[in-house]
Formats: sequence, structure tokens, C-alpha cells
Amino acid sequence: MSGAEFVPLSLTPLLIGMFAAVACALPGNFLVLRRQALIGDAISHVVLPGIVVAFLITGTVAAWPMMFGAAGASVVAVALIEAIRRLGKIEPGAAMGVTFTSMFAGGVLLLEQSDTSSVHLDVEHALYGNLESLIWLDAVGWESLWDPVALAGLPDELIRIALTLIGVVAFTWIMWRPLKLSTFDEGFARTLGVRTGVIGFALVIVAAIAAVAAFDAVGSIIVIAMFICPPAAARLMTNRLEVQIAWSVVFALVSAVLGYVFAGFGPMWFGANNAVSAAGMIATVSGVILVLAALFGPCRSRTGAPVE
Amino acid sequence: MTLELAANQGVAPNLDQVEASPFAVRGMTVSYGQKPVVFSVDMTVSEGSMTAIIGPNGAGKSTLLKAALGIVKPLSGRVMIFGKPLKGQRNRIAYVPQRASVDWDFPTRVIDVVLMGLHRELGLLRRVRQHHVDKARDCLDRVGMADFANRQIGQLSGGQQQRVFLARALAQGADLYLLDEPFAGVDAATEKAIIDVLKGLKAEGKTVVAVHHDLSTVSEYFDRVFMINTRRIAEGSVAEAFTAENLDKTYGGRLATAHVDQLDLAAG
Repeated sequence: MSGAEFVPLSLTPLLIGMFAAVACALPGNFLVLRRQALIGDAISHVVLPGIVVAFLITGTVAAWPMMFGAAGASVVAVALIEAIRRLGKIEPGAAMGVTFTSMFAGGVLLLEQSDTSSVHLDVEHALYGNLESLIWLDAVGWESLWDPVALAGLPDELIRIALTLIGVVAFTWIMWRPLKLSTFDEGFARTLGVRTGVIGFALVIVAAIAAVAAFDAVGSIIVIAMFICPPAAARLMTNRLEVQIAWSVVFALVSAVLGYVFAGFGPMWFGANNAVSAAGMIATVSGVILVLAALFGPCRSRTGAPVE
Repeated sequence: MTLELAANQGVAPNLDQVEASPFAVRGMTVSYGQKPVVFSVDMTVSEGSMTAIIGPNGAGKSTLLKAALGIVKPLSGRVMIFGKPLKGQRNRIAYVPQRASVDWDFPTRVIDVVLMGLHRELGLLRRVRQHHVDKARDCLDRVGMADFANRQIGQLSGGQQQRVFLARALAQGADLYLLDEPFAGVDAATEKAIIDVLKGLKAEGKTVVAVHHDLSTVSEYFDRVFMINTRRIAEGSVAEAFTAENLDKTYGGRLATAHVDQLDLAAG
């Protein structure tokens, strides 16, 4: 494929998919180890009512109102989960399940009841985004990467997810030791003066930011898959957290690239005419990677049993 | 209220004692639900001693330690570490949590766990240098685990896990060691290795406090006991406080007489 075709049509969706996958996979590593993987799922569901409410209030689908709406909904969801857990005295997983399905259902209802036909906001979009439409029409080929005029026409989603990824990487890098320590041994971490409550909350906030930014571009299916599949597969490849993080990034990138390619060209290989949803295919590839890791990964055996 | 009861409740803090003690707790009350787990407990550990915290299951032994260290939030109570509030004294404390409190499937190696003991030294971004690794290896050597440095922690037996936790505490280079059930579910070799290390610490003038389950080894391992059943029952040297009467009060008659007879008790 020539640059003149690839750069405007495929480069930006591919980059957005890759950035979104990595931005979700990085905090996903800690969420999976903390047995909080469902938080990513919960966040990606609860942002829908937030986005719809933000649209109903402002009447636009501009980025900032959407982000604020999603952030507001995440805060409401976290508060609801805590409230249900404490008042109902039920386990956190159940509280999360109740909260996010109710809020997602509420979001769908709101969406159906309100007139959003004028804008690109519907349940389909919320589920698997519109990765393929995030093209860079100002580009004419590889040389456009050095052309300020063309660069100004890059999709906003790319800028947002790139900034989000930088933020997520910085957070993981700087807070690495407290994150690892409080994930492994919270009590010990507290005796060292590590504010484990703050760390845990910050992790959820970072995951929420990644989820919202990714949701904006690629929909909730990818978000849910990327929080869990690459980290879970990476855990089966190694017994060291540092290496696990690296594997999760590799798996996220492979999922994004292969998923995008398969979605665009896979159906043609089988004689079909239409491409399939890239977000759905990326999530599928990440699932296949997890299955392969579970079958053939070197560290897949339960390591809890002592080896004498 | 009789004089003896008043003394046991110890409402008025004795300032001299608190100043001199590496670990002094006053009026500690902790509750997880309606009923307090620890109620108005005072504890004064003397420097250079080895103290066993004993009491029945659910008596608040671990909770007392956790509340004193700020791991769980008490309803009330104060803690002084070497006469000062906990906040500025964290680097003088090493804590060994219960082995079962962490996920041993966590993807990390033995040496990495011991390096966690150097957290306050390393901070957020300082690089781990050779002398840090050497120190961690040295601590592993002290608990007889030097050959396991690169093992994944999930591959260790219970006793080995406990020794790794102790090595991490040694790496902290503290003056006060607080251990939560260090001998629970470990093999005899580990028990011996741990007690040797703890006695070595005592010989260096460090202070050791351990939640302990096995009454038969109290007088062999420790020189002081602290007996608790939600409230403080008794505190003092093993020779004075480890008596059949105090055990009866602590365990509420739940100890079989035959068992008590076999213990190396002080004449009470």
C-alpha cells in the first residue's frame, strides 16, 4: 500500500487504536493484580449516561463537555459502588455489577428518549466507536508528517489519546514503586508511610481517564478488552511485574495492529466485500492472544503451590 | 473500681514510661463493626525486650499492632514510638505482616520483596544500585535464604515465605521490630532460623514485639508477655505475668487444664 493511501486513511486510526490499547493496558496490569479488573469494565459502561447527559445539557458533542460528563458519571459510579457495598454489606464485585449495568441501561434509555439524530451519538457508536472514520484527510502521503498545515488537520481524538497515553506512562513511571508495593502488600506499605488509599484512588482515576479518552475514539468494547486481556495474557508469560508490563504493551500493540488489519482486509481474504468493525476485531485479537497465552504461556501453571 | 483494675485499665498515662518506651500505646480502641475488637488498651514495651502478645483467636492481637501502625484506623488511642509520634519515626520501625495477608502469586522475585524494605531509602525514582542489592542479599543470608534470591515468590514454601518477610524487615534496619504471627504454619527449621535472628536482634539492643500463638514456647522465646482479650489482661515479664491465673483470665477457661499444666508457667 502506498503512503498516499495509507497515511490519510489508515495511519491515524491505527495510531489511535494503538495508543488507546496501551493507555488502557498499563493501568490494567495493576487492576488485574488487585482483583479490580471489573473497574475498567464499570468505568467504560458508566461513561455512557455521563456523555448523554453532557450532550443534553450542552447540545453539542464537543470533547470537553463529553469528558466532564464522563468524569462526573465515573465519580457518581464510584460513590454508588461504595455506598452499595457499605450499606448493603455485599461484596465489591456485586456492587460494581449492579452499578454499571444500571447506569449503562439508564444511559441507553436516555439516548433512546432524547433526540440525538442530528449528531453522531448512538448506542452502536458507544459500543464499538468509529475508529475507521478517524481519518486524516489533510494528508497526502508520508511527507505530510512534516507539513504543519496538514498536521493541524489531525483528528482531535488522536491528540487527546496521545496526551492521555503520555499521562498514563508518566503516572506508571513515577508512581511505580508505591503502586507495586501497595498492590503486593498494602499493610506493609502503610507502615512505610505510603498513602495506599490515595494510590488506589489515583489508579482508578487514571484508569477512568484512559477509559474515557479511549471510549471517545474507539468505544467501550476495546476499553473493556484492553484493561483485562493484554495484562492477563502478559501475567502468563512471566513472573516479574516489570516484564509483565512490557509484555502487556506488546500484546496491546499487536492486538491493535492485527485487529485493524484483519478488520479492514480479513473479510476480503474470505471473499466478502465489507470490512468489519476494527474495535470489535482488536478486542477479538486480544482475546485470542489471551487464549494462546493460557494454553502455551510459560508461567501459566498456578504458582501458589509450593515447590519443595 | 478496685486499685488493681484501675492499674490494669491504666487510664492516666505515665509519661516517664511513655518517654522511655520504644512502643507505647495508650487508650487504643478499635472496632470493625458494632463491637470493639480492641478496647481501651494500654501497652508499654521496654527497650531491648522481646515481648509476646498472646490471647485467643479474635482477641485483637493483630488488630492492636495494625491500629498502632496506622494500618487500620482506631476509634481512639495514641501511640508513641521512642517517645515521639509515629509519623516522624517510621524509619525506626520494621513490620512483618501475617504471611497469609498477601497474594504470593504476585509476579515478583524474592530479592525484589527484600528490596521493598529499602523503600524509604530508594524513594520514588532513585535507582537500585549494587550496594542496595548487596544489602538485600545480606539480609536473605541472615535468614538462610540467600540461594533463593531469584526465585519467584510463589515457588516458596510457607516457612520460606515467612523468612523472606523477615529479611525484608531486616533490610529496613529498624530499632523496633513488630511481627504478626511469625511462627504460624512454619516448619521447625524456619522457626529455629527466625528465633535465632530475633534473639540476634535483641542482643544488638533492638526491641522485638511478636503476636504469638504457641503458649508452649513463650517462656523459651520471650522475656515479656502482653496478654489481651479485647481488653488488656496482663503485662509484664514472663516470670511475673505468665501465670495460670492470667491465662485463665485471658482465655476465659478455654484452655484445657492438662494443657496448662504442661506449660512452663511462672508461679502465680
